[in-house]
Amino acid sequence: MSNMQSTTKTPSLLARALDSDIFYSFTRSPITVISAIVAFVMITAALCAPLISPQNPFDPSTLNLMEGFTAPMTPNEFTGNSFWLGTDAQGRDLFSAILYGSRVSLMVGFAAVGFAAILGITLGLLSGYLGGWVDSAVMRVADVQLSFPAILIALLIFGVFKGVVPVQVQDKMAIYVLIIAIGLSDWVQYARTVRSSTMAEKNKEYVQAARLIGVPAPMILLRHILPNVMGPVLVIATIGLALAIILEATLSFLGVGVPPTQPSLGTLIRVGQDFMFSGEWWIILFPSIALLLLALSVNLLGDWLRDALNPRLR
Amino acid sequence: MIAFIIRRLLQSVLVMLAVALVAFGLFRFIGDPINNMVGQEATMIEREQLREQLGLNDPIFIQYFRFVGNAARGEFGISYRMARPVADIIAERLPATLELAIISGTAALVFGIGLGVYTALRRDGWLSHFIMSSSLIGVSLPTFLIGILLIYLFSVYLQILPAFGRGEVVQLGWWSTGLLTSSGLKSLIMPAITLGLYQLTLIMRLVRAEMLEVLRTDYIKFARARGLSNRAIHFSHALKNTLLPVITIAGLQIGSIVAFAIITETVFQWPGVGLLFITAIQFVDIPIMSAYLVLISLIFVVINLVVDLLYFAVDPRLRVKRSGKGH
Amino acid sequence: MTNDTQTPLLSVRNLRIEFPTRRGVLVAIDDVSFDISKGEVLGVVGESGAGKSLTGAAIIGLLEPPGRIADGQILLQGEPIHNLPHAQMRKIRGRKIAMIFQDPLTSLNPLFTVGQQIIETILTHKDISEKQARQRAIDLLTEVGIPGPEQRVDHYPHQFSGGMRQRVVIALALCADPELIIADEPTTALDVSVQAQIIALLKKLCKEHQTAVMLVTHDMGVIAEVADRVAVMYAGRLAEIGPVKELVQNPQHPYTKGLMGSIPVLGADIKRLVQIDGSMPRLTSIPKGCAFNPRCKQVFDRCREERPNLIATGKTHAACWLYDNQDKNQDNQGNDQDSQDKREQTA
Repeated sequence: MSNMQSTTKTPSLLARALDSDIFYSFTRSPITVISAIVAFVMITAALCAPLISPQNPFDPSTLNLMEGFTAPMTPNEFTGNSFWLGTDAQGRDLFSAILYGSRVSLMVGFAAVGFAAILGITLGLLSGYLGGWVDSAVMRVADVQLSFPAILIALLIFGVFKGVVPVQVQDKMAIYVLIIAIGLSDWVQYARTVRSSTMAEKNKEYVQAARLIGVPAPMILLRHILPNVMGPVLVIATIGLALAIILEATLSFLGVGVPPTQPSLGTLIRVGQDFMFSGEWWIILFPSIALLLLALSVNLLGDWLRDALNPRLR
Repeated sequence: MIAFIIRRLLQSVLVMLAVALVAFGLFRFIGDPINNMVGQEATMIEREQLREQLGLNDPIFIQYFRFVGNAARGEFGISYRMARPVADIIAERLPATLELAIISGTAALVFGIGLGVYTALRRDGWLSHFIMSSSLIGVSLPTFLIGILLIYLFSVYLQILPAFGRGEVVQLGWWSTGLLTSSGLKSLIMPAITLGLYQLTLIMRLVRAEMLEVLRTDYIKFARARGLSNRAIHFSHALKNTLLPVITIAGLQIGSIVAFAIITETVFQWPGVGLLFITAIQFVDIPIMSAYLVLISLIFVVINLVVDLLYFAVDPRLRVKRSGKGH
Repeated sequence: MTNDTQTPLLSVRNLRIEFPTRRGVLVAIDDVSFDISKGEVLGVVGESGAGKSLTGAAIIGLLEPPGRIADGQILLQGEPIHNLPHAQMRKIRGRKIAMIFQDPLTSLNPLFTVGQQIIETILTHKDISEKQARQRAIDLLTEVGIPGPEQRVDHYPHQFSGGMRQRVVIALALCADPELIIADEPTTALDVSVQAQIIALLKKLCKEHQTAVMLVTHDMGVIAEVADRVAVMYAGRLAEIGPVKELVQNPQHPYTKGLMGSIPVLGADIKRLVQIDGSMPRLTSIPKGCAFNPRCKQVFDRCREERPNLIATGKTHAACWLYDNQDKNQDNQGNDQDSQDKREQTA
């Protein structure tokens, strides 16, 4: 996302962007436009959760147990209050819970993607530019890691965390561990892509020339090589965001993610599953829909972006 | 050929040793193994005795080699939580996971390749567009949501399939199978779909992309220019070239099914090793975690090896040496 | 050259190929007409992007979408083939018209032996047994000069060198004894030392089999070597067409003159090679009038306004206003082409 901003920062770039083939293909694909709107609305709503949600679902004092299990759009039998999406067992308004939940999901997702991207890009640049043993070391680790599914790596990191960190602080640190675990499971893609582009770029004349006139290596990497690999990185990051959101939800669903005191969408779904058999369908349905919409819209955007940047695949 | 196999085998052994190192690290350094075995009441002397007895005072690399030796014989110690040998627990649970993984993997491969080829050849047909759009939903839908959706539909609403468990199983020696009873088969349907759907969509999209790529190559154009029938071009030439790179990735996908089973097994309370692993993580049951890690890696390494050998057997560019005037 | 005055093997009439894009329709081939007689070698030259390969692809019916034939006709032995349904066109490909691509390294499927690929092609077009087809495959490999064909027939493409692979490709083109081979830059991807061999082979085989060739290339040396007639293309249009001897020694169109002037001749006492200033216009910005007018040294007002048709200039036909009024006939394409054929046959 931060990359997206950097390409549209200056007005001349913006004007050019509006006239580009990419923008054209964007306006030509209604599904992409809808996805962009959905993603934008959900991200904005999550950011503004404290402003727009009817209650703070994590403040126990605002909850009324009498209001538990209120069905959507029906007045509660005791208090007469009615909730758009109903309430859960503790009388927590689901709409608010979903807003705060997507906030957690998105926060973890963006942070994990950022972490993975920075790690992957750095290692990819170094490995492609320096070559030699650095390259082989990084790529061997990448190879081995790539053959293991992300979820397994994230789970293992979490297992280690649970074994090492004292129980009292586990809940507080869980979210950071989650970010690191998801990030560490996803850096390989960036590293591989950046590495191959770096190897291609570094032999081009302009880089050779920069080297000859004595531009230091870090400068060459940042000023000359990095901008050339941003396109593919943007695609990987967008699709990676969808994957990170799904992975976070999955981990939380499995009970190893964020603590129940600060639930993400995955946690809400995990809690809701218990009520599926007893008829309180809304407790699981609405968080699921929110997660699906979020993951799907980001995924569709990433998919479109990949096609738009690589017309050969269309 | 033989040199290639030997090199490949050596690589696999190295990977396994590296994984064993991680597993050993987990085992040795996370938490205190003694604490987990004897509890808080044991005296210092008892602890020291046990420490000596378990060889925890030996040099680290000796401990590592002992760990590897034990692992090779399938011994991973005693589960902290269940106080039973880890090997026994895993042996009990493994058939459930393998049956689930093999059935859904096969289905994913067959339907994935079929649909991938179809959507590549009829790329502008409405059915292809429909399949491609739904596949994107399939990719975006987290596995556990698919499971929950199926449970709601078939167990809660229609009440025709069991929501959890493996149904009745039949013991065949040490192997317990659910494939021989009707309740076992019924119980398998939803978990198999849940586990296979994601892989199916991935394989399908991969096959489609690869096939479209192949259809653009010069040799396909040349085949058209030679007047070959569409059938020959698509199903003899293009398909063979498509499946070659697909082997590798599909192989890895099938391997990762065993790991993804963790999610499916949790949703359906399927008594396999994945569920065991999740519980182990929640209770920091290190011996089970490290055993699971080694087991999964072994499955991956074996699949990787098979895939490489298969590739070698199928691709003449690797199999047949250049002769005459090399290029 | 044959002496019969019947319908030519292939006629292309006013061919127009368009590519619809979001910024409007690109006209890649505009009003191109020419004939190829039986057994004749027509060289087609021009810069990359001039539309040579596109014309070849259109003739064999392998234009890639969104490219489409917007106007004009392609006649094979008098029968239109540009609008045939897929199944019928397939029967023509390989059997009547074969094609050779530029890069022999990518033209053959790496996963099949060359024998499998040749036999498959033979069986598609000829009703013979697999055993006979295999024998014919070996014969074909012998004919294109591959040593040890009995063994080589079971080898995979990667076991052949580039030149040898192009020989295999030629064998594949000859499988069903086609009337016409479209050779799209058949030597460009090869080593210089091998190029001559392949060209000589192509020339020899076509003479023996009485096969006509449309030889697409940007190499004038190759054209001078093998072609009977030459067509010069520029920006999707035909600039000049005529017998090879005339066109090389006495080019009429200013573009052709420039093209010939840019070739170094051994032993000739030329101080400098001629160079054409500027570059060919992109399809999006073809100028009004003659497409060559911005680069032409002899340009005058009419060139900037009206588009010239092919005009007889003596031995060749050139699309250039310089030759208007010089001859009494400034006829339209159809008659033009006929009269041109007759002239050549008497020549």
